[in-house]
Amino acid sequence: MPQVRVPASRGGRLSLAQRAQRVRRARRARRGGDGWAAALCLAPALTVIGLFVVYPIVATGRLSLTTWDGASPEQVFAGLANYVRMAGDPEFRNSLLVTVLYGLGVTVLGVASGLGLAVLLNAPLRGLALYRGIFFLPVVTSSIAVATVWKYLFGQDGPMGGLTGLNWLGDPYLALLSLTLLTVWKQLGLNVVLYLTALQAIPPQLYEAAALDGAGGWQRLRRITVPLLAPMTFFVIIEGLIATFQGFDLVYALTQGGPLGGTEVLGFLVYRTAFSSGEFGYAATIAYAGFALVFGLSWLQWRLGGRSQWS
Amino acid sequence: MVLTARHVRPRRPRRRDVPRHAVLLAASVVVVAPFCWMVTTSLKQFPHVNQPPFLWPGEFEWGNYAEAMSAAPFARYYLNTAVMTLGIVAGHLVLDTLAAYALARLRFPGRNAIFLALVATMLVPTFLTMLPAFDLVVRLGWYDSWTGLIVPRLADAFGIVVLRAYMQTIPVELEQAARVDGAGRLRVLLRVIVPLCRPALATVAVFSFLFGWNDFLWPLLVTSDDDARTIQLGLAVFTGKYSPYPQLLMAGTVVAAIPAVGVFLVLQKALVRGLAATGVKE
Repeated sequence: MPQVRVPASRGGRLSLAQRAQRVRRARRARRGGDGWAAALCLAPALTVIGLFVVYPIVATGRLSLTTWDGASPEQVFAGLANYVRMAGDPEFRNSLLVTVLYGLGVTVLGVASGLGLAVLLNAPLRGLALYRGIFFLPVVTSSIAVATVWKYLFGQDGPMGGLTGLNWLGDPYLALLSLTLLTVWKQLGLNVVLYLTALQAIPPQLYEAAALDGAGGWQRLRRITVPLLAPMTFFVIIEGLIATFQGFDLVYALTQGGPLGGTEVLGFLVYRTAFSSGEFGYAATIAYAGFALVFGLSWLQWRLGGRSQWS
Repeated sequence: MVLTARHVRPRRPRRRDVPRHAVLLAASVVVVAPFCWMVTTSLKQFPHVNQPPFLWPGEFEWGNYAEAMSAAPFARYYLNTAVMTLGIVAGHLVLDTLAAYALARLRFPGRNAIFLALVATMLVPTFLTMLPAFDLVVRLGWYDSWTGLIVPRLADAFGIVVLRAYMQTIPVELEQAARVDGAGRLRVLLRVIVPLCRPALATVAVFSFLFGWNDFLWPLLVTSDDDARTIQLGLAVFTGKYSPYPQLLMAGTVVAAIPAVGVFLVLQKALVRGLAATGVKE
């Protein structure tokens, strides 16, 4: 073990036995005798995450096989009855469609606006930090606060209603569009900053070489920037999908899932089924199957169409 | 640090920047207008709330704030939110640091498996876990309490991932030197690792603060009493009751949003640095 060196100046003050003991301890630590220390360090965090994240994932699966109401002492086993019911439930089908449309809208618009603005910011420019700060403002403001403002902006008395003459939150499709625009607006700064860091990691020599070979601005964007940003685009899409899964707060404050279920994303349907209708078992089924379906769909989309676009 | 390198490059002539500025300015207006509208409305007198100007306050009816504050127990909401947020931030700083240290530096079987499992939990949406987690909190008798708001969120995978990545950049030699000098594991962690991790800890603290202050779904599930409600929850209830009075609504909204915006303005650097770290590392 040549790396373990006892500095002469310090070692001089210690007895030979002490020195040997310390070297031994350091060696043991490096050979892999850290089990106990690791267990002690990990125990608190893993207990919390295990109890409130990992165990619930399993428990939701078990709940989905019962007709539990969330309060009664016993949970009656119901087999796959909830899953059968869900397969024919128009509310669930509607919610799935809303979630997919919402997810598509948020990721497509989010990637386009985030990438576009990041490209504009990715060159020496006065006020770069100011722009970045401005774009980030909605990201750090609470969902309830921004949705409260948007509810008024898009309401019939608000400027959007007045300008367009449309009842944005009164029509199912327009309400979903409002929700999508609100989500993109709220996430914009995050996508810009993520893309900006990825852009700045691209070596400028690549662009110089391409320019020497006669590539124009658009070609450089298409052939260098976009392919090299593929990993970040994947990250931004995942981030956007998570945001649409978590889109609960915005839906709650903007539309309460309405009108006519037009904005009832899966998260909101799970909440309503469990806490308004008192059907915990069925809500767990929707949560489980809904998550699997949406995750599967986005994976499929990524495998079939999305990936070839970025690689 | 990638962000600083670019400032060294010479600036292009400014005239060529005009189109870019135009687009960026237009985007900025779209982003900022709702905020201007919120503040302006919160300062209007009631009868002409729906009349211009919308983006710049023409009058300053500060009384709206006092009225909104007295219409709901905002002070209590604030206290609950502050306690919850500080609890979560403190929990993340201690528990995440310990876990990250083990995952970055200690050797034990299953280390990579545990780390991958933690990363995977970040992809799990809340609605998949909330029912059993809610049930657990009720069974533990934590409903409507600070305990129920804080304990289930004392640790999070994001903080562990950020801190672990940062710790791996610290040279192992520093630690070995301290170990050879006779420092135990805990002393090494406290005296060597933690001081060097200050930037990453700042990042985690900012994210945790924003998460806690803006959190809505979990407080909605585990509290029903005004004495235990947080500010976002209180705001949602308040907007339901006072929807005919936009000026009060917007005053309440400003009050609920301001601490997070303030923390962001002061600690912007830590936040952006953290995002750069998570994004580019992969």
